[in-house]
Amino acid sequence: MHELSIAMSMVEMATEECLRLGAERVNALHLKLGLLSGVVKDALLFSYEIACDHTPLQGSRLLIEDVPVKVYCPNCNSEKTLDSIQLFACPACGALTPEVIEGRELLVVAMEIEERQQDAEVIA
Amino acid sequence: MSTPRLVEVRQNVLKQNDLLARSLRKRFADSGLLVVSFVSTPGAGKTALLEHTLSSLRERGLQVAALVGDLATDNDADRLARSQAPVRQITTGTVCHLDATMVEKALQDWSLERLDILFIENVGNMVCPSSYDLGENLRIVLLSTTEGEDKPLKYPTIFNTSDVALITKMDLAAVVEFDLEAARTNIQHVRPGMKTLEVSVKTGAGIPDYLDLIVSHVTQKVSM
Repeated sequence: MHELSIAMSMVEMATEECLRLGAERVNALHLKLGLLSGVVKDALLFSYEIACDHTPLQGSRLLIEDVPVKVYCPNCNSEKTLDSIQLFACPACGALTPEVIEGRELLVVAMEIEERQQDAEVIA
Repeated sequence: MSTPRLVEVRQNVLKQNDLLARSLRKRFADSGLLVVSFVSTPGAGKTALLEHTLSSLRERGLQVAALVGDLATDNDADRLARSQAPVRQITTGTVCHLDATMVEKALQDWSLERLDILFIENVGNMVCPSSYDLGENLRIVLLSTTEGEDKPLKYPTIFNTSDVALITKMDLAAVVEFDLEAARTNIQHVRPGMKTLEVSVKTGAGIPDYLDLIVSHVTQKVSM
């Protein structure tokens, strides 16, 4: 179970970003999570809540977008999405292929922040 | 009063680890050092294999050393020290995997230039180690016959992120009715093209081929 340390890295990163932007708090993090990232989604969601305690992310939501595994099939000369990570075979022609194009992501893509009103006005 | 706003970030959560692993890999390459890591469940035979590997490679005239990750005890390091090779323990406490920072810290004040091969034994765990690049050149996943031939299907990610699969405890294969063909097929399903070898540390079967495989990577590095 390494999800807690991963959640803590995410919260640390988001806290830094939050301070850098001068925001008051973070309402949500948007994460892309590859099926081959080695991270278990439920364990991450559970750990996230704990990791957010006493930070500007307290009470925030973690919105996870699952990224399926996409491989390159040399036979079809195209990218294909795997049906299952228990079989690295092209779903169209059945050829085995080790070339992973997508699916290892563990990527924070966006965050929803809340800014203090006066700061927002200054920026505007 | 406050206003919500969505800002784009695009940050790899493991960026720190990946960057450090990259710099370690460069440092290893500059020192002409091959780094091989072992991952498996607890009890698949990593330490027994490593013990044998260190002794045998020393007999072949290679300078070898090992870092051993463990949650609490240093029993493994004690076992490995019998080979006379330099061995260091990384006690992870409650952490279930090694990461690049732990490796870097453990290597402080080691002169890598004098070594040919450094082995890293990860904590026994088939899940968490797969997320962390340690800067190694070769990651070997062990699957012991007593675990059953369907392990690759249960833990596809660790097999997919490894370079070589080693089926260990082949001396027990018949007793536990291990289906070797099924195991080989399952490995190919989760990591097509993966080099797979069968060994028994107890009888020595398959060990020479396995040692040759490791040594061949040393030669490749030197000629590069």
